[in-house]
Amino acid sequence: MDGIARIGRHTLDLTEQMGRMMLFLISSFAWLTRPPFRFYQIIKQLNFIGYKSTFVVVLTAVFTGMVLALQGYYTLRKFGSEAVLGSAVALSIIRELGPVLAALMVTARAGSAMTAEIGIMRITEQIDALDTMAINPLQYLIGPKLVAGVIAVPLLVALFDVVGIYGGYVVGVQLLNGNEGAYWSSIESAVEWKDVYGGILKSISFGLLISWVCCYKGFHTKHSAEGLGTATTEAVVLSAVLILVWDYFLTSVLL
Amino acid sequence: MIKLVGVEKTLGGQPVLRGVNLTIPEGKLTTIIGGSGSGKSVLLKHMIGLMQPDRGEILIDGTDIAHLKGRALNEVRKKFAMLFQSAALFDSMTVFDNVAFPLREKLRLSGDSVSRRVNEKLAQVGLADMGHKFPAELSGGMRKRAGVARALVMEPEIILFDEPTTGLDPLMAKSIHDLIVAMQRQFKFTAVMVSHEIPEIFGISDWVAMLKKGRIAEMAPSSEFVKTTDEEIREFIFVGGPFMGQGQPAASL
Repeated sequence: MDGIARIGRHTLDLTEQMGRMMLFLISSFAWLTRPPFRFYQIIKQLNFIGYKSTFVVVLTAVFTGMVLALQGYYTLRKFGSEAVLGSAVALSIIRELGPVLAALMVTARAGSAMTAEIGIMRITEQIDALDTMAINPLQYLIGPKLVAGVIAVPLLVALFDVVGIYGGYVVGVQLLNGNEGAYWSSIESAVEWKDVYGGILKSISFGLLISWVCCYKGFHTKHSAEGLGTATTEAVVLSAVLILVWDYFLTSVLL
Repeated sequence: MIKLVGVEKTLGGQPVLRGVNLTIPEGKLTTIIGGSGSGKSVLLKHMIGLMQPDRGEILIDGTDIAHLKGRALNEVRKKFAMLFQSAALFDSMTVFDNVAFPLREKLRLSGDSVSRRVNEKLAQVGLADMGHKFPAELSGGMRKRAGVARALVMEPEIILFDEPTTGLDPLMAKSIHDLIVAMQRQFKFTAVMVSHEIPEIFGISDWVAMLKKGRIAEMAPSSEFVKTTDEEIREFIFVGGPFMGQGQPAASL
């Protein structure tokens, strides 16, 4: 009986937390529609989530494209199909690897920092101070981060796609002496608008997911150094897991 | 005026406030004392709506804020400012920007009008040349002073002080007390302070209230409070020896 009670309690806790997370998201968006509109805060967050993640995303994209071309070339050569290397690299990146890997890198770099920043503000009563000044923390702190996440991640994914495809080109064409014309023309003929659109859709939802989870965890940090560490770890792990699970669902719908 | 009627609050299954009835006199400095963990800070947070009671009323100029939320609560909060234990300055901003923050965010002011008001407040709290520094570059006392400046800049009707001298040496604590008293006398705001500084608070407060076992056990003008006949309260306030009513221990006079 104890076991069943424990399962029941965990299920209730989980349901409650999911409800709280949903209310947190809805309230944050509701506050965003009310003046004053905080464009400066959104620009600041775009700089933090987007611009400052550029380097790590480009680095990941280059090596992802390169390793895909390397693996793809040796696999396709066995079937005499090296000519479709470009399309293999491009489709893998545009449909899956671009959105997923860019989102994971943004989670690691910007998401964890978001949780830590908001968590420290919670512990040091800076969020309470906002409240006492009649400034809603959801409007001032959370809303701009959600908007910036939705804008920045698709842009980073677009960058990832381009850089990744060029990374594949460097290995597949320049290093392994593949056919340059075949590389680009196979991309042109194989990649459809649906693939690009699917990738963008994924990246928008990943951007929202990262900001949402990381802000929520930071906002509800327990008042201790250990609590902050736990919140940051939970934010990164939960975001990463949700990105992979949500990716599967979206892919199964989009295909 | 702040009036609490039958306020009850349980935290983590532990009753903290068990029916607090308290009226804070307008335009005076009232200090709430009590043992550690007696719920003084919890009580203060109820007054500004940072915590909501399980039962009871919290009346601010006649408006019950016990279950107010969102915009309605923010309207009432415009009357308030609060100095937190840690000062709660925004660590990503300079002292100047911290003090300017409510002016920019709430009054949408900018430029000279902000500079003038911020510099005036910084000068009043003795931080005239410190505006460019970040909170991490300041001492504990300076951070508290910056917090006082931020609290004063919107010229609120009520300021709550949550243990403003915690973590400060006696000299620095005295200077913060002097600053609070000077500002209160000058601007005539209603001040509610939670403090452990006995006997000092008897020398600076107009009224003193003691929170004991989740209720207000005694509230009286400062000079009357020390004449209490309640043995437990006497033991609490005279633990360091008898004193002469102005916050000075008798032994030192």
